[in-house]
Amino acid sequence: MTETTVAAPAGLDHGHGHDHGEEPDYLHASKGLKSWLFTVDHKRLGVMYLAAVSFFFFVGGLAALAIRTELLTNTRTIMDADTYNRFFTIHGAIMVFLVIIPSVPAGLGNFIVPLQLGAKDVAFPKLNLLSFWIYCIGAVMAVTAILVGGVDTGWTFYTPYSSTTSGGVVLMVAAVFVLGFSSIFTGMNFIVTIHKLRPPGMTWFKMPLFLWGIYSTSIIQVMATPVLAITLLLLIMERVIKVGIFDPALGGDPVLFQHFFWFYSHPAVYIMILPGMAVMSELIAAFTKKRIFGYRFVAFSSLAIAVISFIVWGHHMFVSGQSELSSMVFSFLTFLVAIPSGVKVFNWIATMYQGSISFETPMIYALSFLFLFAIGGLTGIFLGTLSVDVHLHDTYFVVAHFHYVMMGGTIMAFFGGIYYWWPKITGKMYFERTGQISAVMVFIGFNVTFFTQFFLGSRGMPRRYYNYLAEFEDLHRLSTFGAYFLFAGLLLSLGTLIHSLLKGPKAPPNPWGAKTLEWTHTSSPPIEHNFHETPTAPAAPYDYDT
Amino acid sequence: MDPEKLQAMHLPLDGLWLPKAASTLASVVDDPWWIIYYASVAAFIAMMGPMAWFAYKYRRKHKDQKALSQMDHSQAMEIAWSVLPLIFFFWVFVLGFRGFLEMFVAPAGAQEVQVTGQKWQWNITYDHNGGKVAVGGQGATFVFPKGKKFKLVMKSVDVLHSFYVPNFRIKSDVIPGRYTTLWFEATEAGEYPLLCTEYCGTNHSNMIGMIKIVETEAEWKAWLDAQDTVTVSPESGKKIFEEKGCTACHSVDGTRLIGPTMKGLWGRMESTNKGPVSVNEEYIAESILQPQAKIVDGYAPAMPPYQGQLKQEHIDALIEYMKTLK
Repeated sequence: MTETTVAAPAGLDHGHGHDHGEEPDYLHASKGLKSWLFTVDHKRLGVMYLAAVSFFFFVGGLAALAIRTELLTNTRTIMDADTYNRFFTIHGAIMVFLVIIPSVPAGLGNFIVPLQLGAKDVAFPKLNLLSFWIYCIGAVMAVTAILVGGVDTGWTFYTPYSSTTSGGVVLMVAAVFVLGFSSIFTGMNFIVTIHKLRPPGMTWFKMPLFLWGIYSTSIIQVMATPVLAITLLLLIMERVIKVGIFDPALGGDPVLFQHFFWFYSHPAVYIMILPGMAVMSELIAAFTKKRIFGYRFVAFSSLAIAVISFIVWGHHMFVSGQSELSSMVFSFLTFLVAIPSGVKVFNWIATMYQGSISFETPMIYALSFLFLFAIGGLTGIFLGTLSVDVHLHDTYFVVAHFHYVMMGGTIMAFFGGIYYWWPKITGKMYFERTGQISAVMVFIGFNVTFFTQFFLGSRGMPRRYYNYLAEFEDLHRLSTFGAYFLFAGLLLSLGTLIHSLLKGPKAPPNPWGAKTLEWTHTSSPPIEHNFHETPTAPAAPYDYDT
Repeated sequence: MDPEKLQAMHLPLDGLWLPKAASTLASVVDDPWWIIYYASVAAFIAMMGPMAWFAYKYRRKHKDQKALSQMDHSQAMEIAWSVLPLIFFFWVFVLGFRGFLEMFVAPAGAQEVQVTGQKWQWNITYDHNGGKVAVGGQGATFVFPKGKKFKLVMKSVDVLHSFYVPNFRIKSDVIPGRYTTLWFEATEAGEYPLLCTEYCGTNHSNMIGMIKIVETEAEWKAWLDAQDTVTVSPESGKKIFEEKGCTACHSVDGTRLIGPTMKGLWGRMESTNKGPVSVNEEYIAESILQPQAKIVDGYAPAMPPYQGQLKQEHIDALIEYMKTLK
């Protein structure tokens, strides 16, 4: 901890609480439930998103534990096949639509974007509130569909299974449709905010890389989500009024659904990972006390990913019956999109060179990210290679690959971000040692759970299997034990944060000695309007010296 | 599928990673796999090595230690770590594409067989002695000879399925309303599981068959002959009833499943959407071959037609079996 030794940068006086001791922070600026539910303060909305995302992460995690427990034996363990199918649908749908997509952008992004810009709020505070309410409505609809109707389609809703199976599919699909609008509104808000509310002196290339990442994400959210909305609407029309679009029994084409679905859902993969990458740049800079190596390459790689992500969807469909020519083109483009992701990782590692590296909890998550995302990326090469993908498609190899990217990448960065900005958000410090231990436990548990699944998948274990061949039992059991350990790590992490809320010491404005505006120019927690005066951007985004 | 049947099925393995290879196509998967595998291990070490070394060497030893330098760019390095992977990617892309074409373009002269996927079983129809031999059912065994090329012409009668034989490294979705194809030539006798890898509902994971590879074509022909002879008896009817997957929707003990139970059905009057019908030979045959012709009240029209998959003897045997279910 360096709080005592960081020299106060110029301008801190204006942002610092003690000069304006009478002005309460945003948590205490107004009181009562209504002051939260109808707030237009981006910080309170960010906190509410974080609370909702954490709650659903817990629910989705319990569903994962139920799945892993069932897979302890190769036949029935604790539940029947239909219940199992519902659990993996619940797990996937909740984790994708209610957790990962909103986690960094809507949760941390809402809190941090205006602060890093030296702004009072996002460009459209009321739209921001609407976006949160739409998220809540969508979440309630999704939970209702799961509890009342039961949904067993998997989160991908492939037709014609999804257009013919019983249960609450229509409500679930409608929920995802509604959630999409929350995502679109948040994206629009951030695009305008980043364009219009930058402080004096902050040109595009002086923005913290977090903002570049969020900006790129927002572009995808605004452009891709409407396609999902249309697709889901067509699916509802097919189920309710029997318009034949995807179901061949009604004259439709099931492969068309896959094209539509992945036209959104592949860019959505980058909606999920780009914000994780955005957080990574902040963490690496703060805990190495270095300027990010290859700033422009890291910034442009976000945009490159956002653009190329729109033209690789067919790599989910190499064995779907699409033409060989399409598969060839999609395979080639898939390799192209790997380059900017690689560039980011190389630059973060290069940033560590000659740094002053410390290992607080956020940095442990950042190092975990580098390790896990490297594996996630490298295993993507196997899947992008056409002939190899034929063998691996829809096996546990794919399951392991996307968990390394989505959980090993985005969720690790999200956790790192939570710990990093925790003092800013809550005004409290957390107990470092348990934070570090829980981060290491999560890392170990994650690898035991999911690395095992690469072996399973390469040997031919298909995904979404309730029963499986006896050959796979030992590895499945190991994977389940890993999941239990991972869960224990997450509980310790939760305990650390709750302890901090109740008993944590008061946080200084800038405990990490970081250089971005949210640390240098606001108190912890910030006042309702963030800054007393519009700050001037520092000379460089990560203005560390030697 | 009963658990004992599942426990009796085995997938031949071969070390830690890919399972035992048993078709001529395996090399177009395995060769690029191992190239990418070793390259990935090398790349992983090339990334994690420096990361670990920097983390150790440049660890902060006292609180206000600053970075040794603020070196923050190198054009040469950026170009190197963009272009070198790109060259490698181009190489494996070409390998993968060439292998992919080999997998999906069946060689001339391959013998065709028809594959049908349905909830939740595989059916394969062979040409034999100028006629058809249809084999199918959950856990059914499909025999093919070693060293002969087969082209699979595949369709689904309900939802998406995916035909996957890990030991052959072949996979393709099976789609209602369209045909997809695969081909293979087995290189080693043995039994290799056939799995479904596109989620298709309750018994997705029971949609398993066994591909049994025999040494000689003579053995294969003998097996086909045996499949072709059906004795009309309640016992063979029971066997067909189970093999064809009828049990997935029709109980024999009075339990209501997706379709009506067979218990006590014979000779009864059924009320259908076309009026009351007496359950006799004609009605049974029609309900099997064209199930949509009459739908029993209270049930959904969910059954796929078996026209062309069953011979007269099969149906007669099924009727004999039904007569015993009082």
